Amino acid sequence: MSAPNKSYDPVEVEALKPEEIERMRDEALAAFAAATSLDALHEAKVAHTGPASPLALANREIGALPPHARAEAGKRVGMARGAVNKALAARQAELEAERDARVLVEEAVDVTLPYDRVPAGARHPLTTMMERVADVFVAMGYEIAEGPEAEAEWFNFDALNIAPDHPARTMQDTFFVQGGKGEDSGVVLRTHTSPVQARTLLERKPPVYVVCPGRVYRTDELDATHTPVFHQIELLAVDEGLTMADLKGTLDHMVQSLFGPDMKTRLRPNYFPFTEPSAEMDMLCYVCRGASVGDPDRPCRTCSSEGWIELGGCGMVNPRVLTACGVDPEKYSGFAFGFGIERMLMFRHNVEDMRDMVEGDVRFTRPFGMEI
Amino acid sequence: MRVPLSWLREYVDLPATETGRDVQAKLISAGLEVETVEQLGADLKGPLVVGQVLTIEELEGFKKPIRFCTVDVGQANGTGEPQEIVCGARNFSVGDKVVVVLPGGVLPGGFEISSRKTYGRMSHGMICSSEELGMGDDGGHGIIVLPPEHEVGTDAIELLQLVDEVLDIAVTPDRGYCLSMRGVAREAAIAYGRPLLDPALLDVPAPNAFGHPVQIADPHGCDRFTARTVTGIDPEARTPIWMRRRLQKAGMRPISLPVDITNYVMLEMGQPLHAYDRTRIQGAIGVRRAERGEKLTTLDGVTRELSAEDLVITDERGPIGLAGVMGGAHTEIDDSEGTTTEVVIEAAHFDPVSVARTARRHKLSSEASRRFERGVDPQAASAAAQRCVDLLVLLAGGTAEAGVTEVVAPSAPRTITIPADHPDKVAGVTYGRETVVRRLQQIGCDVYGQDELIVTVPSWRPDLTDPNDLAEEVIRLEGYENLPSRLPRPLPGRGLTDRQRLHRRVGRALAGAGYVEAPTYPFLGQAVLDQLGLEADDPRRTVVTLVNPLSDEEPGLRTTLLPGLLGALRRNDGRGSHDLALFETGSVFLPTGAEQTAERLPVDRRPTDEQLAALDAALPDQPRRAAVVLAGAREQTGWWGKGRPSDWADAIEAARLVAREAGVDLTVRADQYAPWHPGRCAALYAEVDGTETLVGHAGELHPRVVKAMHLPERTCAMEVDLDLLERAGQGLVRAPRISTFPVATQDVALVVDRSVPAADVEAALREGAGDLLESIRLFDLYENAEQLGEGRRSLAYALRFRAPDRTLTVDEASAARDAAVALAAERTGAVLRG
Repeated sequence: MSAPNKSYDPVEVEALKPEEIERMRDEALAAFAAATSLDALHEAKVAHTGPASPLALANREIGALPPHARAEAGKRVGMARGAVNKALAARQAELEAERDARVLVEEAVDVTLPYDRVPAGARHPLTTMMERVADVFVAMGYEIAEGPEAEAEWFNFDALNIAPDHPARTMQDTFFVQGGKGEDSGVVLRTHTSPVQARTLLERKPPVYVVCPGRVYRTDELDATHTPVFHQIELLAVDEGLTMADLKGTLDHMVQSLFGPDMKTRLRPNYFPFTEPSAEMDMLCYVCRGASVGDPDRPCRTCSSEGWIELGGCGMVNPRVLTACGVDPEKYSGFAFGFGIERMLMFRHNVEDMRDMVEGDVRFTRPFGMEI
Repeated sequence: MRVPLSWLREYVDLPATETGRDVQAKLISAGLEVETVEQLGADLKGPLVVGQVLTIEELEGFKKPIRFCTVDVGQANGTGEPQEIVCGARNFSVGDKVVVVLPGGVLPGGFEISSRKTYGRMSHGMICSSEELGMGDDGGHGIIVLPPEHEVGTDAIELLQLVDEVLDIAVTPDRGYCLSMRGVAREAAIAYGRPLLDPALLDVPAPNAFGHPVQIADPHGCDRFTARTVTGIDPEARTPIWMRRRLQKAGMRPISLPVDITNYVMLEMGQPLHAYDRTRIQGAIGVRRAERGEKLTTLDGVTRELSAEDLVITDERGPIGLAGVMGGAHTEIDDSEGTTTEVVIEAAHFDPVSVARTARRHKLSSEASRRFERGVDPQAASAAAQRCVDLLVLLAGGTAEAGVTEVVAPSAPRTITIPADHPDKVAGVTYGRETVVRRLQQIGCDVYGQDELIVTVPSWRPDLTDPNDLAEEVIRLEGYENLPSRLPRPLPGRGLTDRQRLHRRVGRALAGAGYVEAPTYPFLGQAVLDQLGLEADDPRRTVVTLVNPLSDEEPGLRTTLLPGLLGALRRNDGRGSHDLALFETGSVFLPTGAEQTAERLPVDRRPTDEQLAALDAALPDQPRRAAVVLAGAREQTGWWGKGRPSDWADAIEAARLVAREAGVDLTVRADQYAPWHPGRCAALYAEVDGTETLVGHAGELHPRVVKAMHLPERTCAMEVDLDLLERAGQGLVRAPRISTFPVATQDVALVVDRSVPAADVEAALREGAGDLLESIRLFDLYENAEQLGEGRRSLAYALRFRAPDRTLTVDEASAARDAAVALAAERTGAVLRG
């Protein structure tokens, strides 16, 4: 607070005249408006709002006024300073926005530049297809069972009701493992994933619900439709009271999970030693849904206009298999099915040549990514 | 089995409108795999008529002999005038009856016939060969010459039965009876609900003592033998067109009348038959096992050394046939000279296993062996012999001798007892007793009983042995398509095992790091192990060997994933992909050296645990591995800057990546191990069950290996054992305690000899720094002989210290750093760089 004004000097209060304050204010506003850079604005700011600016000096004079004049003068100066500060802030924001816009534009990049610094990897579709099928059943409560690829003949054949001289044993051309000193090793490269059925039944007590994906071998030369090393997935359910209706329902559920809710399967009688009754399973062609049958104008390449796609074999587990594995066939029954993963991949993803799936060409595998 | 529809209709009165496709659908639903329906003569169009050759003029001056003929085709050409035709065949003479297609006709394959000028003459039609008419193999060459009794102008499409449909059925091993018209007709009859005209229902004279003598020494191998004799056969008699056509449509080649008759009856009844030239048999026909060293020349001209297990047909002098497989050449019917006038017909039943073994042993699969292996109806033998005799009398002018030999080992019909609702329980459908009984009777069973059915199975169904076999018959005839669909409710499962999760995780992690999965074949040979530079005594050279490999070059199973993966790398490189990072996870096959023969355990009960353990001990170890191979750029050059070639460090990092997924910190040490570069090879260790264990190797390949295998330069590789890593896994991660006090960072640069592994320096720093050390990181590696001295290098580490309960003072952090440096100096000779 200033001391009471004792020596009043009218000259000194000239600065507090209304027109004078208006002038100071207008000069400040003009200076801010004229500043075209943040630096220039800073100079103007110092000149017009700093401690040595005319308005600051005028403010100091208020104390020199007689008490009755102070309020009015103070109000006048205060309003002027308010207007100046507001204009300054506005101009400041304006110029900063201009600067920011300019700098960000300068920092812009070409976001369309390609980027393949480390090209993407991928898992093989055979692997991911097996996982996908297995997961359908894992979600239902099945577990995944595995077994060795070099397998005892007993597991691969005998336990599955394929007797030594059974014609089925010549149907599958088997790789035999050499024994020591010309002896019979009794070991083969498994010709199907079915030996895992026998292993599972020997290891677990029913009820048993498992899927067995894996690699299998037959002595076919590699060509567009055959490969000596291929993949199957097998399902086995053994419980009290299981029937062919349960088998059918499980197959329907699988194809619906993999190909869409309106899919279904068809069973045709067939023969496999390890199932009785046995069936061949077809699924509705997921491309034409059967519409191509008898319609030469709309041929379907996927099912050759048959309406159905052959999937694999299935049936009720032969009670003889249960017996060989120590499961009481009077109490338990079961169903099983198996099919080739290569085949499913071929029709599900339009693979035309078996060789593409076995050669490991990265151009084939990359598009399949991590899941299928 | 190829089934002409016209022939099938002889035994089943199929609706006239049914097409081959219709019958196919019915039979498929009954369980016969009808693969195709062949449309014979579908695009054939007449006029195709019988003609008689009137004149033949040989045309000269062409590269091959050409004939200009006139042929009488009756009124078929509308004028009755002789038809002028140019013909290139020569197997006919003036007066012969031939098959002529006239202008306007179309032959199979859409071949349209018109009048045209050829070899300087106008030709108005064509004289046809059986090939041109799509008739199949008739064993002859040239045009068809018909028997003289056919009149000119007769429609040859009808005469030669050129239009037909043929069902091709892939008969499964359990349905041997469907390797006959009789069997397929039985299924068709059931499918259409029509009666079957069974061709085996023939009057057969009772056996007597006057027939050709037969002695069975092995009644197990041969439980039935019928012999009939026909004499006075006209060697000139030819197989009639209808029989030739049926044989051809069924896929067989007409040979001579007696042989054609035996084949025809086999197709009709499923009973393989053999006709011997009686004049070439000496004494009684016998059936016995062969003696070691005996030889037999079979019909195919091959002389075979017989095994003591082979069942043979003999006469006084020795073997004259391989029972159920193939006859001998010596007693063969003479079809080239046509001198056979007396035959003995054999209709026998042989043990399926014996026939299968003999056929396999001699790699000789015949129409007969295929049928015997799958089961032939023993009760049809005498009917089949009778049918043969009848046809020889009818078609060959023969006389049936009164003697009928039948040697039969006694056997009882087989019965199976099932609860009447057994099929219901298998199917999940209520059929009811009545349906079950009716269906079983339809397939030829005799059925007695109420709640328990006593089922006697027919002689032609040896496959029906178990209750489920009968259930299948009922269910298939009721229609698999009518089975309901019901979803069972399994017990709740526990999801994937840790091992299964790990395998998936490893695949995802490697793919996420830019590796592409390439599953490869596990076959290898010693050559590739040589290329890998393995020592002679390297255990990886001891491989599981296949008896029957696809390639003799690659008889072994892999003991390492690298050969296959490197092969895939090379293939990709050769196809123009040069920047490569591939991985594979899969089994290797390691002989244990202790394998005994895996026994054939019994199947009528659960084997004991000891027996099962012995089976597993017979198998090679089959651990699961993961491997990667790299070549070319790991990071590409681009607008962002220079790229980076893949190198040894990437290979080791891939191993660490895999180990991390298993929750394992690998210890890395320098090693020298083929096929890696001796200076760029890391041995990888993990603690397995409390012991530090070698789990794999990684690094750059040896330049010699790269050269020998034609790989891209500086190819790198890694291989680790996933099963060991899984065992080394730490289990559950314990959550760390996070201190919120500030960190104190201290950098140190240490100079050491190049021979000192960085891992040793870091380990010493870690240990010396004590509990306050939060982390340590090598951030620079520097070599400069002038500044550091020859063979020395500088390792710069950033040490971060932090206490759980307080802010560290500068002095505390410095003291910890000094302790770290001091221990490193003591252990590795490290000197703090000034």
